Amino acid sequence: MALAIPDFMLAKLDPLANWVRANSLWPMPFATACCGIELMATGASKHDIARFGAEVMRFSPRQCDLMIVAGRVVMKMLPVLQRIWMQMPEPKWCISMGACASSGGVFDTYAVVQGVDRFIPVDMYVPGCPPRPEQLIQSILDLQDKIRASGTLQGTEFEQRIEHQGPLPNADVPADVVTAPGDYKKSRRVSLN
Amino acid sequence: MPFDTIITALKGRFADLATSEFRDNRRVVVAPAQLFDVLKSLQEEHGFDLLFEMTAADYLKYPNAVDRFGVVYGLLNTVTGERVFVKTVLNEPDLTLPSAFSLWKGADWLEREIYDMYGILFDGHPDLRRILMPEAFAGHPLRKDYPLRGRGERHNFPVITRANS
Repeated sequence: MALAIPDFMLAKLDPLANWVRANSLWPMPFATACCGIELMATGASKHDIARFGAEVMRFSPRQCDLMIVAGRVVMKMLPVLQRIWMQMPEPKWCISMGACASSGGVFDTYAVVQGVDRFIPVDMYVPGCPPRPEQLIQSILDLQDKIRASGTLQGTEFEQRIEHQGPLPNADVPADVVTAPGDYKKSRRVSLN
Repeated sequence: MPFDTIITALKGRFADLATSEFRDNRRVVVAPAQLFDVLKSLQEEHGFDLLFEMTAADYLKYPNAVDRFGVVYGLLNTVTGERVFVKTVLNEPDLTLPSAFSLWKGADWLEREIYDMYGILFDGHPDLRRILMPEAFAGHPLRKDYPLRGRGERHNFPVITRANS
């Protein structure tokens, strides 16, 4: 008994494009630290992001449309990150995976960028240090929802987001805080005054 | 060769040489002027053929510290397995040490790292430039008078938005 397939269907192109894009995200694994291990576990057989169509990790940015920044990014690495982001073809999305990529994490030092969203656009943030693979999979599912809900064939949803949406650089940089070894009263993370 | 023999031989040749020992951790503290001769003597006469570690410390505001910088050389005799640590101290403005590159080729990157992090110069090094920080970086970040969160260099980048990417 043959299936009853209609001879033709009518649909808007936007949902069709969203359906295709959301179910075949090709990640660019920008893994710089231990979050990269969890990213590998996410791609491996036990957690297997192939179930959600995002298993095609490509190591060339020109073949990718989803950048997963997994790990801390230092000031020497940030120009590389920006260059790779610029080399990815549109439409493209970005997941900031883990505490370090999202906020600098515990590395509140001179060399570590305090969140990649200060310098490139980020769509999804994943908390955790490092996050479990389930959290990364959830962020991919949420990103798929976002693509389905707001995506357009021509990518006009990106044109609406022309303003920088991330936090701005810190205005107060303490210049004269010198801490002696063992002086834990002064070695605090946030300036109290 | 027992450590006492090495100490006796070294003290016979070099005048003010401080030594201390704790379990198998043997230390020799020398003045910068004698450093190269002591290292050379340890390598050529006592068989310390491997420089396995070289590092520095900044003692600014350290309790009861007299000197600003300390530079530590870890030497290993790969035949007998003996180790010895040679330490020297430095004060501003003269932050120059003789390079150990002519004794151990492995001193190349170790000395570049100390120069990068502390600003200590090594006279005779073939290529003394930064190894960890970018070339354009100003300052030496492991000095204790360098602010922990930097001078804003971690925020000194162009912002890429959706409009221009």
